[in-house]
Amino acid sequence: MNTIPVEAGLILAGILFMLGLISVLVRRNIIFMLISVEIMLNAAGLAFITAGAKWMQADGQIMFIFILTMAAAEVSVGLALILQIYHQLKTLDGDAANKMKG
Amino acid sequence: MITFYIAATVAVLATIMVITRYNMIHALLYLVVSFLAIAIVFYVLGAPFMAALEVIVYAGAIVVLIIFVIMMLNLKQEAVDQEREWLTPNTYVGPALLSIILLAELVYMISTSGNTPIQDNVIEANKVGYSLYTTYVIGVELCGILLMSGIVGAYHLGRQKKKVVHRFLELKEE
Repeated sequence: MNTIPVEAGLILAGILFMLGLISVLVRRNIIFMLISVEIMLNAAGLAFITAGAKWMQADGQIMFIFILTMAAAEVSVGLALILQIYHQLKTLDGDAANKMKG
Repeated sequence: MITFYIAATVAVLATIMVITRYNMIHALLYLVVSFLAIAIVFYVLGAPFMAALEVIVYAGAIVVLIIFVIMMLNLKQEAVDQEREWLTPNTYVGPALLSIILLAELVYMISTSGNTPIQDNVIEANKVGYSLYTTYVIGVELCGILLMSGIVGAYHLGRQKKKVVHRFLELKEE
């Protein structure tokens, strides 16, 4: 019988989320921070899929589709912001953009 | 069942490689491997449509979008050297240690709650689609609005400012 415990899926999601969290805390390059946010969103989606498989409902997969849509919108706006910051400050340092001016 | 554990190991290893690379393109290639491994996990968990979406949207669209932006920025060897300079052990030990403590607590709480097996049944795409367009139709419309605002925001932010030159100054240069 091909059975996977729910706990294995949830622990995998937790490990992936933790790796993304470490990367977003440690990195100073804003493109790497964006990539880490993608990893964390993907881990959250994995937790939803695991829960949906446990309860045998389609709701978990629908939640994953919503997360996917949000990630796509977020990455397009984030990359436009990164391009704008790079053109204005000539660096990818996240700390360089700490002054709000106009 | 063994497929799940192999794919999970590959996903974790590839993600560790992503967060330790200095070169951005190498990190993105490992990210593609990680997404493909998670797609296999989705397939094993009985969500074949989500596995296809993971490959198409995450590994296809989002990663390619980030690669396009890196190519537009035209980063060279200096970017790799700067990244190596930023990522020193005394910056990453503290956050990594605290996150690992939190993860250990999470793993402890999940693993003491028992052992619930997942039944081996596949949730087909037509069930997902039916539920998406009946119960969650308001969510689909809100996702449409979100994508629309994402497009408008990206266009507004990515627009280059037109340089305004007075016509007298233009004439003087000739």
